[in-house]
Amino acid sequence: MRLNQRAENVVLPIGAVVLALLIGAVMIRLNGSNPLTAYTALLDGALGSKDDLATTLSRATPLIFTGLAVIVALKAGLFNIGAQGQLLLGATFAAWIGYDLTSLPSALHVPFAVLVGGVLGLLPAALAGFLKAYRGAHEVITTIMLNAILVNITEYLVGARGPFHDPDAGAQSRTPLIQPSAEIPDVFGLPMGFFVGVVVAVIIGFLVSRTTVGFRITTVGHNKPAAEYAGISAKRITVLAMALSGFLAGVGGAIETQGGLENRYVAGFNAGLGFDGITVALLARVQPLLAVPAALLLGIMRAGQSTMSFRADVPQEIIDVILAIILLLVCAPIVVRWIMRVRGPKDAVEQIQITSGWGGT
Amino acid sequence: MSASPQRKKIVLALAPVVAVIIVAYLFYFFNSEVKTGAVLNGTFRDSTPLVLAALCGLLGERTGIVNIGIEGQLLMSAFTGFYVAAATGSIWTGVLAGALSGALLGVFLALCAVTWKIDQIIAGTVINIFVAGLTSFLYAQGKTLTGSLPQIEIPLLRDIPLIGRAVFENTPIAYLAIILVVVLHVGLFHTRWGLRSRAVGEHPNAADSLGINVGLKRYVNTALAGGLAGLGGAFLSLEAVGTFERGMSAQRGFTALAIMIFGRWKPFLAWAGALFFAFTSALARQLQFDQVIDVPPQFINILPYVLVIVVLALFAGRVRPPAAAGKPFVRE
Repeated sequence: MRLNQRAENVVLPIGAVVLALLIGAVMIRLNGSNPLTAYTALLDGALGSKDDLATTLSRATPLIFTGLAVIVALKAGLFNIGAQGQLLLGATFAAWIGYDLTSLPSALHVPFAVLVGGVLGLLPAALAGFLKAYRGAHEVITTIMLNAILVNITEYLVGARGPFHDPDAGAQSRTPLIQPSAEIPDVFGLPMGFFVGVVVAVIIGFLVSRTTVGFRITTVGHNKPAAEYAGISAKRITVLAMALSGFLAGVGGAIETQGGLENRYVAGFNAGLGFDGITVALLARVQPLLAVPAALLLGIMRAGQSTMSFRADVPQEIIDVILAIILLLVCAPIVVRWIMRVRGPKDAVEQIQITSGWGGT
Repeated sequence: MSASPQRKKIVLALAPVVAVIIVAYLFYFFNSEVKTGAVLNGTFRDSTPLVLAALCGLLGERTGIVNIGIEGQLLMSAFTGFYVAAATGSIWTGVLAGALSGALLGVFLALCAVTWKIDQIIAGTVINIFVAGLTSFLYAQGKTLTGSLPQIEIPLLRDIPLIGRAVFENTPIAYLAIILVVVLHVGLFHTRWGLRSRAVGEHPNAADSLGINVGLKRYVNTALAGGLAGLGGAFLSLEAVGTFERGMSAQRGFTALAIMIFGRWKPFLAWAGALFFAFTSALARQLQFDQVIDVPPQFINILPYVLVIVVLALFAGRVRPPAAAGKPFVRE
């Protein structure tokens, strides 16, 4: 059976997820636990009650944003694996604006803190974009280094010697609680941030496929020389796409701080959100709108993993393994196609190609 | 005769090494021999996994495979090396298992890049994420090693003041790394294997038309390269620390790529680069240990990463990588 591109964008990720869950089941069995118990507990922990659903949605929210961040960069042929650090910086500064500014109405305080988070996420990403475009430093290396740098800087900022440290926290690295006016409210008991994420996904989808800027970004991503020939400055677009990508990651971090589970920034709490964003982006086949269901799926697994670990007695890191297998399978569609006995679209672009060499100026 | 561009390049890249030695002796002059010795010791120790990982990246790219997965190869082999050594009671079996696991991931990278034609950077990232997940899933606390690799002291040479103790009183993998630098240099630039490998990395179509099996060459070399990274990973858990920790590769795989670029895809220059990187982090550690500079530890932690970015910003745009690195081979 031959699938067209649109069908394959749906069938392949689902096949990958199912296959990864099966491999995960084997690993859980080998670990001496019952896979059925484990997966039931996973679902129950993530979706068992309305509170659980709210938790799942707030776990999925930053993943929508980091997923979109990776997608926007990929559209320009750039691989932003630094969404992690950009998110942390955004989350930290949003917390600062959140607790330090008092007597600001909620209608101003919330968006202002989110905006500051976005801008702080933008800065390191734009730096990586600039170094790529004008100095030939590959973004994969610079963004991973910026991750390590930003983890340390945010740890310092909220740590015992840092300016954002909560005086009541003792040795713990965290900020004070944010003002109620900076908290993102719930709607019908569900976190509003998630719905903002859905709207942003739609906006990014529109931006990428229906606007001039989006056209420039995708053109640079597909064929840099052609873009230059058409009068598009690939350098400028590289910086712009990275900036937008970092902005999204920073907003994700801000929303995580203001509408998440803690109402403050706690160091170490947000580990892994950026890397899950890579999985979201590739699971969504680099389609902005598909980032929402992909983030939801990862949100379910992240929200349910502790219940699963507790009830089925299996290390919760099994979820990391399953997510990695999903990532692998969506990147190697040939495996899924072979197992599912389907053939790919006839002349579609087989995979995303981003490798642009080290001396990329 | 004026200096050739080639010579200029070498001088430029050797400058940091000379700078390191001068700074080291100045430090020695103004400080104690113990402290200087500690810095040089740290430099040499830290440089071993870096140079092995850089050689891994270099060999892959010379053959046309960009390897972003070195980080994962280091972590996987640190893991395998440690647990095999703990289970069998033999450190050497652990080292071997570590190297093999690195090579196996190399084969996997080649499978992705050559057979499946997946984007190589994505494939490498998948390896990194997969290994991070797998090792933290399988991680078990409380395992200990029964012994460690023996220190080999080289007589006479170890009596050279300052440098001698740091360099010639080391464990076998550290020596092996230096030997491998020489072997890889000779192999790449003075043997038929090297010529063919480089042809595959520069112009696979020409190589193909001369009857070289491009795909096979890429498989073999990426596997060999993985073995080099595997040695580096085994060094991390078996020699340097003697234990396995989650995420213990600590971005060394990416630092190694920067070193590879800085070293212009040449083994000796990569070695110089690794020493330079290791020296700066060892020096920063010592300065903080002595409380010469009193700043929050996080600012010291970030120095090696900042250095990578600075080096890339200065050098990356000026070097020429192997022409076919990163591109899947399709016969024309």
